[in-house]
Amino acid sequence: MNRPAAFLLIIALSAGSASQAIAQSLVADMSESSISITSNFTGKDILLFGAVDVPSDIVVIVQGPREKMVVRRKGRVSGIWMNRQSVTFPGVPAYYAVASNRPLDEIASQTVREQYRMGSTFLDFAVDASTPHLAGEELFEFREAIFRNKRRDKLYFETDNSVQFRERLFRTSIVFPTRAPEGDYTVTTYLLRDGMVIAEQLNPLQIRKAGFERKVFDLANQRPALYGIIAVLIALASGWLAAVAFRRS
Amino acid sequence: MQIYFPIAEISLNIFLVLGMGGGVGFLSGLFGVGGGFLMTPLLIFIGVPPAVAVATEANQIVAASVSGVIAHWRRSNVDLKMGLVLVVGGVFGSTVGSFLFKFLREMGQIDLVISLSFVLFLGVVGSLMLVESVRLILRSRKGGYRKKAHQHYWAHGLPFKMRFHKSKLYISVIPPILVGFFVGLLAAIMGVGGGFIMIPAMIYLLGMPTSVVVGTSLFQIIFVTANVTFLHSINTQTVDVVLAVLLLAGAVIGAQFGARVSGMLRGEQLRALLGIIVLAVCAKLIFDLVFEPSDLFSIGRAITK
Repeated sequence: MNRPAAFLLIIALSAGSASQAIAQSLVADMSESSISITSNFTGKDILLFGAVDVPSDIVVIVQGPREKMVVRRKGRVSGIWMNRQSVTFPGVPAYYAVASNRPLDEIASQTVREQYRMGSTFLDFAVDASTPHLAGEELFEFREAIFRNKRRDKLYFETDNSVQFRERLFRTSIVFPTRAPEGDYTVTTYLLRDGMVIAEQLNPLQIRKAGFERKVFDLANQRPALYGIIAVLIALASGWLAAVAFRRS
Repeated sequence: MQIYFPIAEISLNIFLVLGMGGGVGFLSGLFGVGGGFLMTPLLIFIGVPPAVAVATEANQIVAASVSGVIAHWRRSNVDLKMGLVLVVGGVFGSTVGSFLFKFLREMGQIDLVISLSFVLFLGVVGSLMLVESVRLILRSRKGGYRKKAHQHYWAHGLPFKMRFHKSKLYISVIPPILVGFFVGLLAAIMGVGGGFIMIPAMIYLLGMPTSVVVGTSLFQIIFVTANVTFLHSINTQTVDVVLAVLLLAGAVIGAQFGARVSGMLRGEQLRALLGIIVLAVCAKLIFDLVFEPSDLFSIGRAITK
């Protein structure tokens, strides 16, 4: 969707909700509410745009589906680096992005940021019960490893100047890399004034494998025996075909 | 041109995948090995999850071996009876291996076991091949080399003897079944056909004539890797059919060229060359195991089952 059209849509949305004008000091929408992973998928940028009644601060938080993650630490065993300890965190967001119009610590106090989990510092992961007892400091290292690895994969990021205002209209783009897993995402837009959240809006977003990729994935997971047989048959046929083709030539 | 692989869940350049298939396929046709010993590490190096690399490569080797075995069949270089005995052991071995693979994956040690297995087997086999073939090359240059018509191995004393006409052997079925079993185990855990182990074992352990070992090993590899593909699909859902098809498209073509070129080179030179390649892959893997990783921590989705 191009920019003028996006702005027209905002106006339409604002007009539609005129009756709720007092409560509705924030309107936000996205260029797309679902992403399809097809064979040419190399990640996706989604435009989030909206309008506010008075220029103020905007913080957008995008969270992916929660996954059970294992963090492993390598140690040296007779000269070889191998996984030694592991800690399981049952509810780690697969994706976590924060976009704002200026640095978060300028927008709101630590208390407010903590309350709304604005910034990965405030993300809290519970530890799986099966985890061996570790000292707080050690556990912290495992927790930090999640952030470091997720940031490296561009699945966690915070950009404090990516929300742009044009008077009462704002826009930002959210980047989903190839590794963004499928699932239900939430995009929450917070409107803050004088450091307080005065309005928020939640927009759901779906990432799904689609088309051929979907069919392959579903077959592999739902009918694994059939999938295995098909995989073998394809290989047998291709090998035979190649041998025949090359004999003729 | 990038393409997304639905099981590996990554996006790779299609020409890179085709090129890797073609290059490794050429070598597999040349040496009569599945090519997995090169392809599995290469796939891991370009970012394919190791478990997916192993299972997908097993699937691809099925195709490479079929076209390879047809080429050898035409030249009557397959000992069918010996092949079937090896298959019996191989199917058992790969089934055990597949469950071991699943267990190690849940333990978080599958990557290490894959790497260590490669280092161990490639190191030993590569060195043996190199030393042996260099010795042969040097001796044949002197001209005083004569091969014994029939050698006696310890294997000849075991019961359940069977006659293998093609290989001109009358030996117990126990050693070939054990060789097949062991190779099947490796196929499941390493995503290799196991030719690099089976061929030396056939020559030095079973005493088979060199002319039939390549064709016969390829014959066994078809059944074993088909079993691995099937079991990994069921146990771990790690076979990426899209990746396998692209790899095999490159590989079946490469293998045909390789099989033709192999006729032009001498056996010992071929084995020396393979020994060098095997040792190079081994060295790279040792390097990765011994040097401190840039991040000691790694994260992964927990496997729930």
